[in-house]
Amino acid sequence: MTMSVSMSVNGKTVSGNVEARTLLVQFLRENLGLTGTHVGCDTSQCGACVVHVDGISVKSCTLLAVQADGAKVTTIEGLAKSAEQLHPMQEAFRENHGLQCGFCTPGMVMSAIDLVKRHNYEVTEEIVRHGLEGNICRCTGYHNIVKAIVAGASAMKAAGV
Amino acid sequence: MYDFEYHKPKSVADAVAALKKASDGKFMAGGMTLIPTLKQRLAQPSDVIDLGAIGDLRGIKVDGNTVTIGAMTKHAEVAASAEVAKAIPALAKLAANIGDGQVRNRGTIGGSVANSDPAADYPAAVLALGATITTNERKIAADDFFKGLFETALKEGEIITSISFPTATKAAYMKFPNPASRYAMVGVFVAQTASGPRVAVTGAGACAFRVKEMEDALAKNWSPDAVAGVKVPADGLNGDIHGSPEYRAHLVTVMAKRAVAAAG
Repeated sequence: MTMSVSMSVNGKTVSGNVEARTLLVQFLRENLGLTGTHVGCDTSQCGACVVHVDGISVKSCTLLAVQADGAKVTTIEGLAKSAEQLHPMQEAFRENHGLQCGFCTPGMVMSAIDLVKRHNYEVTEEIVRHGLEGNICRCTGYHNIVKAIVAGASAMKAAGV
Repeated sequence: MYDFEYHKPKSVADAVAALKKASDGKFMAGGMTLIPTLKQRLAQPSDVIDLGAIGDLRGIKVDGNTVTIGAMTKHAEVAASAEVAKAIPALAKLAANIGDGQVRNRGTIGGSVANSDPAADYPAAVLALGATITTNERKIAADDFFKGLFETALKEGEIITSISFPTATKAAYMKFPNPASRYAMVGVFVAQTASGPRVAVTGAGACAFRVKEMEDALAKNWSPDAVAGVKVPADGLNGDIHGSPEYRAHLVTVMAKRAVAAAG
């Protein structure tokens, strides 16, 4: 079944024809060429595919593109203001060496931003570790990821984003 | 994933009508189980009927001693609800520990209960608190609802609209989560209800079940020691690569003890 979908992705209105079974992550990567959103496990566990749908973090490999029809989607590509100015959370990952191979990083950053906002910019190491249960880093680089998110929370608050 | 026809009805009546028209239709709530199942080609429905646009099915209402949660209310909403945390703190805590953050942002209480996954968390709360499941056709008592592995009292075309939980004077849920999936290897919900103590177990059997012996022991003496001596038989319990039936039987007693201690 082919259906037309239309949504806002990173502030731009996009539309396309998809099969009912097309996953949101496929639509983003294959139709829109936004390959920053990764597919790691494809079984809803690893979190590399996390994007925001109407401001809420979701696993885009476990959502149909048609379910996001009319929604406001933000991917990792939509965070930075410019090539020179990263989002404070991205900057915190860079500063704290919060990545090794980098494959899980887009999902980590997207989950982190939702988590920080949900906790009103006040996060502890414990909150971050619990909040990252849906994101897996196969380099096992969690320590610096957690450090980055705690630092990123303060930076987001200071920057008012 | 095999392709299907997709519908997004605005009302329960339209959803039921869409299912009746389909040759082999399936309702989808949050999709946190259905979509992974479709991706693995373990199901091939002709039509998927998305309940996500039916606004009437969402929301939380506390009325006296009853907490009523709309079927399409997400786990994250229950977890963050100050009203639920005040009325039945154990229920808010259970919701806060289902799956992971992103699953909680999509997964719904109605979907979880209708699916009756043997390792889902909500069924233990539904059964232990003696909740009432309201559908588009009738009200079903928790004790009559869970029938077996992915099997409930729901009939074809019947949709859960809300679930009403009576408050309890004491309640707690303890689970031993699978370290990878966060599903309950075993979870035990204990509650001191108006009709006495109730103990419900998830993860261990084909579906959530009560442990009468533990309830009797708690009626005499509400303390962790009261349940420490009660062992459930391993016969018929779930066994898989994560744990044998004997291991799960042992966990039931351990989690029950911890739950009673946490309930105070």
